[in-house]
Amino acid sequence: MHELSISQGIVESVCEAVPEGQVLVVTVEIGKLSGVVPDAVRFCFDACARGTRVEGARLDILDVPGRGRCASCDRELEMDELITQCPCGNPFLDIVRGRELRIRSVEVN
Amino acid sequence: MCATCGCSGAIEAETASALVGGSDDLAHADPHDHEHPDEHEHDEHHAHVHDHDHSHADDHGHTHHAHDHAHTHDHGHEHSHAHDHGHEHSHAHDHGHAHPHVTADTSAARTLKLEQEILGKNRLLAERNRGWLEGREIFAVNLMSSPGSGKTTLLERTIRDLGKQMVVSVIEGDQETRLDAERIRGAGARVVQINTGTGCHLDAQMLGRAMQELTPAVGSLLFVENVGNLVCPALFDLGEGARVVIASTTEGEDKPLKYPHMFRAAELILLNKVDLLPHLTFDVARFVAHVRLVNPSAKVLEVSATRGDGLPEWYRWLVGRGSASLRTT
Repeated sequence: MHELSISQGIVESVCEAVPEGQVLVVTVEIGKLSGVVPDAVRFCFDACARGTRVEGARLDILDVPGRGRCASCDRELEMDELITQCPCGNPFLDIVRGRELRIRSVEVN
Repeated sequence: MCATCGCSGAIEAETASALVGGSDDLAHADPHDHEHPDEHEHDEHHAHVHDHDHSHADDHGHTHHAHDHAHTHDHGHEHSHAHDHGHEHSHAHDHGHAHPHVTADTSAARTLKLEQEILGKNRLLAERNRGWLEGREIFAVNLMSSPGSGKTTLLERTIRDLGKQMVVSVIEGDQETRLDAERIRGAGARVVQINTGTGCHLDAQMLGRAMQELTPAVGSLLFVENVGNLVCPALFDLGEGARVVIASTTEGEDKPLKYPHMFRAAELILLNKVDLLPHLTFDVARFVAHVRLVNPSAKVLEVSATRGDGLPEWYRWLVGRGSASLRTT
């Protein structure tokens, strides 16, 4: 379950970036095409936060919808699955958006 | 406006479209008080859509994009409603609400923008590995597959065949045991075993440490045998020179569709155990078609690590792809 590593990464990055204070809220972006399951990150987050300044913080997850561009007709379209077919028939889209795995902000007391 | 769920007194566009079936399992289950207008009857379970602005009392820096979320309010009656904010994109805002929006009434709280990649540290370490490898002219190949696809058998054979022309070494990743490392050593290559314990993939830091320990020869070929898993390793750049996925004919043709992230990340896909094809219903053309759906540019080679089918082509690919680094005799 790589979401454990993702949650650890979130907690570690926040602890490094926020030198002091209690972290109340962590807001992250998880792209639909990132291969990371938000619920699994949430599941791991509390355990990873235990014993750190992030313990007890709320995790707000913002889903970033996927967008793809067809290499054949250059059309851009919604892409919520990695396998998305363009209406022109091309079965493969380049990912324009949706791979995000990013810590947006934290609220600190 | 309720700062917890954004429920405002003025409920516009109340429609009876049933968006959420149940209620108890939905996230927003904390009791909080807010006033609803009299006409907002709640004596029976119903679902409705609110079309209104959802603004938190505090500024979270949420770019609140269409926000499809369902709430259950526990205020003496039960109703569930789905907020449909018609913004640009949607996110399932799972307010765990173990505690309320603390910042609304905590004056000392402040928001810090971070804008950091969650995998940024791994990416940085992967680039460091890449530089380390390039500096020593080492061609590193990250081998990924599900357990039992024949990675180690393929490696043993490759070491025996290619070891005459070049120096080959291996970094073995497994959750437990040194069994694979012993097999590799038996085939004649230097090897370092990484046991990830509960970890399901190698990351750049693990590889970096293992490379320091192994110190592969200048101009050599380094195989990294990742933990057998078609999900997690796809996400972690190790700093390798090439990514190869091994699938096998005993696994079913639909693996590329089931694990698209992994197959998308590979530049070469080896279909192993083709010697077993006469005994199986595996359809090679179908498998290749599925690969094409997720990765049109990947090369697919049919091989048998035990019988030797396709191995000369695999070796040619390795030598050609690693030509900038590899020193052959």
